[in-house]
Amino acid sequence: MKTLMSGNEAIARGAWEAGTKVAAAYPGTPSTEILQNVALYKDIYSEWSANEKVALDLAIGAAYAGQRAMAAMKHVGLNVASESLFYSSYTGLNAGLVIISADDPGMHSSQNEQDNRHFARFAKVPMLEPTDSQEAKDYVRLAFDLSEQFDTPVLIRTTTRTSHAKSAVELTDRAGVEKRPYVKNPSKYAMIPGFAKMRHPVVEERMKKLKQWAEESDVNSIEPGDHSIGIIACGAAYQYAREVFPTASFLKLGMVWPLPEGKIREFASQVEKVYVVEELDPFIEENVRQLGIAVEGKSIFPILDELSPERVRQSAVKAGLLPAEANGGALDVGPLAKRPPVLCAGCGHRDVFWILRKMKVTVNSDIGCYALGVMPPLDATDTIGCMGASIGVAMGMRIAGLETSNVAVLGDSTFFHAGLPALADAVYNQTPVVTIVVDNRTTGMTGHQGNPGSGRTLHGKGKDIDIAAVARGMGVNHVVSVDARDLKDVEKIIREAVKLNEPSVIVIHSICVFEEHHNREEYTIIAEDCNGCTLCFRIGCPAISKSEELDAKSQRPKAWIEPSLCVGCGLCFDVCAHQAIEPGREKVPA
Amino acid sequence: METTTTNFLLAGVGGQGTLLASDIVAEVGLHTGLDVKKSEVHGMSQRGGAVTSHVRWGTRVASPLCEMGKVDFFIAQEMLEALRWLAYLKPGGTIVLNKQRWVPISTTYGQDIYPAEEHVMATVSGRAGKVLALDAIAISEELGNRRAANSVLLGALSTHLDTAVEEWLAVIEKNVPQKHKEVNRQCFLAGREGDWSYKK
Repeated sequence: MKTLMSGNEAIARGAWEAGTKVAAAYPGTPSTEILQNVALYKDIYSEWSANEKVALDLAIGAAYAGQRAMAAMKHVGLNVASESLFYSSYTGLNAGLVIISADDPGMHSSQNEQDNRHFARFAKVPMLEPTDSQEAKDYVRLAFDLSEQFDTPVLIRTTTRTSHAKSAVELTDRAGVEKRPYVKNPSKYAMIPGFAKMRHPVVEERMKKLKQWAEESDVNSIEPGDHSIGIIACGAAYQYAREVFPTASFLKLGMVWPLPEGKIREFASQVEKVYVVEELDPFIEENVRQLGIAVEGKSIFPILDELSPERVRQSAVKAGLLPAEANGGALDVGPLAKRPPVLCAGCGHRDVFWILRKMKVTVNSDIGCYALGVMPPLDATDTIGCMGASIGVAMGMRIAGLETSNVAVLGDSTFFHAGLPALADAVYNQTPVVTIVVDNRTTGMTGHQGNPGSGRTLHGKGKDIDIAAVARGMGVNHVVSVDARDLKDVEKIIREAVKLNEPSVIVIHSICVFEEHHNREEYTIIAEDCNGCTLCFRIGCPAISKSEELDAKSQRPKAWIEPSLCVGCGLCFDVCAHQAIEPGREKVPA
Repeated sequence: METTTTNFLLAGVGGQGTLLASDIVAEVGLHTGLDVKKSEVHGMSQRGGAVTSHVRWGTRVASPLCEMGKVDFFIAQEMLEALRWLAYLKPGGTIVLNKQRWVPISTTYGQDIYPAEEHVMATVSGRAGKVLALDAIAISEELGNRRAANSVLLGALSTHLDTAVEEWLAVIEKNVPQKHKEVNRQCFLAGREGDWSYKK
């Protein structure tokens, strides 16, 4: 009996079947569910690490010590961990090491759509890319075998559509893998220049051997069909192309680096014209072209955004590869109201961004739920870059003589991920940056994982770290904690901090409604007192909408609070200038 | 590699249980011996954003995404979302429409306008061959739990598929908590029993 599994579940299962002993990750869409599922297998040590680099170093250490190990991360996480990827490419391992890079073409939940196949070539390591969940599971096992056979870390690249798509998977048992004894060998594992010089030729030699393996392996397979069109494809794009070109010849690449040049030449000789259907960059296309083969790819299929069956078809139709179909395509349904993601009703971040917008300070924000503070109507944020960038960017703007006051805003998990070095820098150089940690004691955006601030680990109870104490310990003199619901205090504290001539840290405790309650019943609009002034509309609460009733004088719609959505935070009550909102009753603790 | 597939699209608002409902549709397909793929996007955990899930049944399914204009059954859990994703439905396909309005904040702070019900019904009727329109929340609320509304929609969907009721009920019961099994069962059966056909 086959089981329906997402790619992420299948990777976790594959790690278990491959005898993996250690797995680590920092949560990040679309990779998060990998470790959540690994955690279900009790014979694997698994953890949420403080960031991706720590996760990868930990996995490398475990592999040095002789146990199969895996690190999982989203594409931009591999940027954070890249230095570790590069040294492990030189050192090789003892037991197998597999690194999962879950890319996000289309940027469903990311700041860019970088194509991490480049990392394989850059770091000189092999990369496999599955096209469905069965392959995701099988490739993990294969990757461990390759890692040990060729003494290399092995990357597996998934994309959102292979990570989150579900398909049927055949399960097998866990392999019995013996721990390999650790033998001290600094010339292999300690990369001082003299030793690293000796490792580089080993790396080059290894890639040659892997190229040969790629030629012979059936993960790269020719699927003969109609000879007029030959398509080279990998990953999710292979499945879309299969759907759109059901009769064409295919070269399906399960290993996307190194590429099997001989097999590509053989395929090209069998078909009239070679096309590459790949998401994002022309990675395969450029390599095929370098072989002197005439090939079309990005001239037909877009470089931007994720592909889909209709995008592949429309591109192919436009290029004359396929006849136009009557039933697809656009449909005029009239103007559509947008429905972007919003901060939840009752989210404590809303209070903070309401105040920041009111103060008209420049806001250097960061990665997390609170990134939504950039969206209208809050519209409070100026910059968002990557994990932990807020503090450094805020310092740079301040040093450069920014005309307004500015603050860095980052969440608790982000603070521990990449905020700490930046804060150390601020103290060390005495840069008067205001760092606001919006501390809701969870890693919200990725689905409420624990972090060092909450002390909740992948398996439950760990030790929590007090953010204010960390800041004081680092030498920040001005450290203040405040509750996000105390709007007046929040404003007063920020106003004081921006005037200081030294670094300061403000820890704002803000409720995540998935983790904590406001302990109040829903609030209600007092219709006779509401004049439709729109002030409460501007907090962007999904529980508040325009009612059918118009104010007699202004002819503006009065406000309505949807009782099934309101969780009783009270921000609307605080901003209402007409006392037209009735607070919910305090809930009596059970 | 030409195969026949049955394509489903589920669309709703974060918090409406789109992913669970689509898991059930996918598992039912697998139970009946078909190849199945489904695709959705997780990660923006906030409630209130637009959510879709694609499910495909077939003898051999390649793409986990349905192609625009080729969806056989479109389960729209909310009326604005019905319009947003209607282009995925093939002309003459079937739509199961939950007549719920979930107003996005863009209509509160901004200039966006929530579509009138008459416009939604006329537009979906223009595309679909069969429109099943029902107030699943009212039905599930009456049966004891408004959060079981999706089972009503799946019940209505199931009457247009050649799959045994027991298969559906078995998968639903496997996917909902013990204490909600009975109400979901009743909701599914209520969805099967009513005549929800919308006449133009």
